[in-house]
Amino acid sequence: MGLVSSGFRGRRSGNPALPPGQHETQDFPVLTAGPAPLIPLGEWEFFIAAETGRRHSWTWNEFMALPQEELTQDIHCVTSWSKLGTQWRGVSLDTLFESVETTSDFATAHSFGGYTTNVPLWDLLGGKAWVVWEFDGEPLKRAHGGPARLLVPHLYFWKSAKWIHGLELTGEDVPGFWESNGYHLRGNPWREERYS
Amino acid sequence: MSTQWQVAEVVGGVPENDTARTIRLRVDGLTGHLAGQHIDIRLTAEDGYSAIRSYSVASAGMDGHLEITVDELPDGEVSPYLVRDLAIGDKLEIRGPVGGWFVWRPINRNRVQLIGGGSGVVPLMSMIRAHQASSNESPFRLLYSLKSPETSLYRDELARLDRESAKLMVDYIYTRSTPEGWPVPPARLTSDAFLGRIFPPEENPDVFICGQTVFVETVADWLVMAGYPADSIKTERFGGTGGNR
Repeated sequence: MGLVSSGFRGRRSGNPALPPGQHETQDFPVLTAGPAPLIPLGEWEFFIAAETGRRHSWTWNEFMALPQEELTQDIHCVTSWSKLGTQWRGVSLDTLFESVETTSDFATAHSFGGYTTNVPLWDLLGGKAWVVWEFDGEPLKRAHGGPARLLVPHLYFWKSAKWIHGLELTGEDVPGFWESNGYHLRGNPWREERYS
Repeated sequence: MSTQWQVAEVVGGVPENDTARTIRLRVDGLTGHLAGQHIDIRLTAEDGYSAIRSYSVASAGMDGHLEITVDELPDGEVSPYLVRDLAIGDKLEIRGPVGGWFVWRPINRNRVQLIGGGSGVVPLMSMIRAHQASSNESPFRLLYSLKSPETSLYRDELARLDRESAKLMVDYIYTRSTPEGWPVPPARLTSDAFLGRIFPPEENPDVFICGQTVFVETVADWLVMAGYPADSIKTERFGGTGGNR
């Protein structure tokens, strides 16, 4: 146990869904490093660029024609808020990877607007990650990453890149934006992997 | 940068206004930090329950010490304790300072436009203080949006710097009430009111915006529409129970 602050009571939730050091919020706070980019649907695409040089891509209409999943997930922000039971709709990365051949172990997620974040491929496959376009029954707002964002709910939320454009597959774990600015390479909230 | 928890001692506490207080901490082994960084504070109750929040550093360049300014949230879990109960001589656990993005470095020679809403001025104040203490002569401009003059942080220091420093200009926008004799009535924020009080895009300022989510989103969009390049704008938000609580 850490140093005790006498007189500090705090609010215990005792909720086992909360990772260490997290507290629950009912809001949906927005944290971004810069202004939110505006991406017209006609110009939107999602790509997966394999290390072989092969580039797979989907237009908005092609993406919407893929099998869609509805999911309920807890999300955990490194700034210590968690939001439980959030509802999303989108396409599993397992679906998007069906036609992709790769021997890479890592991916760099690229966003419209230039944001990047690195995620090991095993954290993206096996029913663990999605490209989502609907939140709480509504199209995803631009401030929250619309038209579509990556959703990797078992890692801290900065890994769930807003305004997702695509994935670049790499042989090595290349630090992305926050990972180059003092944050952890993997970001597992249950191990409190906040800072590097 | 230290990302391990360490003990800091409270060595000072000064009220900034009715709800905010600046707390000075002694941190052994601290050798400066970047202006704009934050620390995490962990409070632990007697039964072992602990809560962690992030607070921007307000001070600049004090070896062995740093200051944070905490604004009390009426329904907050941690901020009321820090503002009302924490006493000189108490010890806290802190981690950091951390952060390498929303920071100003004295080596940067661009002019700098700071835009703060309410207690969002805290990390900007660290940048102003670091700039004042440096030989960097690039002009700084602060636009400080406030509900009323009483809610201002660092009121006297900002007024003095605005008067005495050739490299800082301070502007205020009041949304609910103004100081006596203020030339314009309080008003909702508008794009025109903002854009008329900041360095224009052709002067290529580096822009730092900090405040509540809606404030930051709105202002950042106005700036992009007015032609400021998106990559010249850095933002930090105090949203919901997010960042600086």
